[in-house]
Amino acid sequence: MARFIARRLVGMVFVLFAISVIVFLIFNVIPNSDPAARIAGKNANPELISRVEEDFGFSDPLPVQYAKTMKQIFTGELISYSSRQNVDEQIWKGVPVTMSLCIGAALIWMSFAICFGYLSAVRAGMFTDRALTILALIGISMPVFWLAAILLYYLSFKVQLFPTGDYVKLTEDPADWVYHLLLPWLTLSVLFIGFYSRVLRSNMLDVMNEDYVRTARAKGLSERQVRIRHVLRNSLIPIITLFGLDFGAVVGGGAILTETVYNLPGVGLYAGQAIGSLDLPPLMAVTMFGAFFIVLFNTIVDIVYAYLDPRIRLGTAAA
Amino acid sequence: MVASRPEPLLSVEDLRVRFATEDGIVGAVDGVSLELNPGEILGIVGESGSGKSVSAQTIMGLTRSPNASISGSVRFHGNDLVSATEEDLQSIRGQEISMVFQDPMTSLNPVYRVGDQIVEQIEAHRELPRDEAKRRSVELLASVGIPNAAERVDDYPYEFSGGMRQRAMIAMALALEPRVLIADEPTTALDVTIQAQIMALIQRLNEERGLAVILITHDLGVIAEVADRVLVMYAGQIVEQGSLDEIFYDPQHPYTWGLMGSLTRLDQPPPERLPQIAGQPPSLLSPPSGCRFRPRCPHAFEKCTELPGLEERLAGASGHADRCWLDPQDKKELREVEGRIGLEVLTRGSPAGAAEGEPV
Repeated sequence: MARFIARRLVGMVFVLFAISVIVFLIFNVIPNSDPAARIAGKNANPELISRVEEDFGFSDPLPVQYAKTMKQIFTGELISYSSRQNVDEQIWKGVPVTMSLCIGAALIWMSFAICFGYLSAVRAGMFTDRALTILALIGISMPVFWLAAILLYYLSFKVQLFPTGDYVKLTEDPADWVYHLLLPWLTLSVLFIGFYSRVLRSNMLDVMNEDYVRTARAKGLSERQVRIRHVLRNSLIPIITLFGLDFGAVVGGGAILTETVYNLPGVGLYAGQAIGSLDLPPLMAVTMFGAFFIVLFNTIVDIVYAYLDPRIRLGTAAA
Repeated sequence: MVASRPEPLLSVEDLRVRFATEDGIVGAVDGVSLELNPGEILGIVGESGSGKSVSAQTIMGLTRSPNASISGSVRFHGNDLVSATEEDLQSIRGQEISMVFQDPMTSLNPVYRVGDQIVEQIEAHRELPRDEAKRRSVELLASVGIPNAAERVDDYPYEFSGGMRQRAMIAMALALEPRVLIADEPTTALDVTIQAQIMALIQRLNEERGLAVILITHDLGVIAEVADRVLVMYAGQIVEQGSLDEIFYDPQHPYTWGLMGSLTRLDQPPPERLPQIAGQPPSLLSPPSGCRFRPRCPHAFEKCTELPGLEERLAGASGHADRCWLDPQDKKELREVEGRIGLEVLTRGSPAGAAEGEPV
């Protein structure tokens, strides 16, 4: 097991390196991205621009620029071009917000998805199942930003049930923290509830036909015990692994739209602003941050999967 | 064999199971009646689709579903299991009547340890402290011949071989000392040497504990080894029933002749082609009218368009019954094919001449 983890960690490093190179190259190829001009400002003259170029080393060969940028990311000295703020600090400030949003949404979406998926599977073909299926499809189909805008408009603007956005720190006022996050949590969860409940339903329907479920019934277990201990338990394994990947993706960048619409000062909002101004340093750092989380969760998911399904352990396939 | 006639443990009467499917109603079991006496091994033989598994599973109520229609009665301990509540059935399953299934590879949950699954069986019906239940499962595994039971009890199913898994299943089924064990093709998925061991185990359990067994198989060799009485099923019905000797030495139904005839014999020169029963089992969506074996039977005649009842037609009622209109006297000649009991004549160099499944 230790060797397995060590291998995955080494793999992580390589993946992150590759991603950083790709992002760096992309941003140096995008038109309108001449950073010197941006930093110099609107009324810059060619002289000012070339001086900025020198100061920032924009005329250096790309590999040199890359090496410098990476070094700055890791030593915490990276400065954004447009706002002159320390990038790492900004990301650090945004992390609690993004985590509040993502972890809260994750708890909500998993709880609801498991309930709905279970009900759908157990009452397959009946009214409950059909109703939940329709809800799931609606949930999957709604774009996050559209849903966010609709919710804000109707529940916050027209009827002042919820705040219009912004973030309140947990440490300042827990109740208010929850209150401000309810709509964002809902927005982010809806898609995943729809998707995960469908996956769980499908897994459960497959598992219900397995021989070991028949054995469990033949042992005299109650239907409920059979459903939970045998059907649900085995059906959750793929769900857990999907969750790990999705959660990593949400933290890593999936929350950008939600944070932007609700004006939550998290990493996603920061990334959104950086994209708008084509500001390379924050983009590099946020992408690395996102990539790190996704790769980290990939690894965690692999380890958890081995724990949940003993056939996968040690790399030996089941007979 | 049982000398007197004590009360049968299990008494099935006119069991009918129909499933509603997209293509129509499938009559999986069509009027099966049987009795299982204490300490007896009852063999049920038949092809795939003959209704033997569905009958067995219906005894335990495992076929109940919205699209299943079950009628008839299954009397056990004075209760009718067909009309019993789900709670009553749950109390009987695993505790009074246990079942072992065909494929041990997939019959155990792969994510739980073997010991834990046996403990689950015990705890489903008894209040026992965990370590007591665990101790019992080690005992059970040892009693079915699992070496190093104390260590193996914590293994996962994938760490057991096929034969060991089936033994573990049997151990689990017997954890609460049920009166009846239903073994549905317990050795079909195993190789012959392991098969011999498992059958020896079942026989030992039957002899030592008086465990009554319903053994379902399509393998006549297995039946010949352990069964006391035999039911031959075809197309959802019992076509012949009797003691082991009666079925093997004095079979009364052409289908049984066909089964006997299809056994390969070591004491005779090998045929050009392995003998078989021509044709296919009928569709249970629309079974043939009259005798269901009629389309494949080379001895069919006019009367066969009327469904024969399962009756004792031999002098001296002994419990040997069959569904065939042929005169018992004629049967002795008809079933002799080239010095053995069979259905078709084996011609050399060409496909079997007798029947190509033509209806009379």
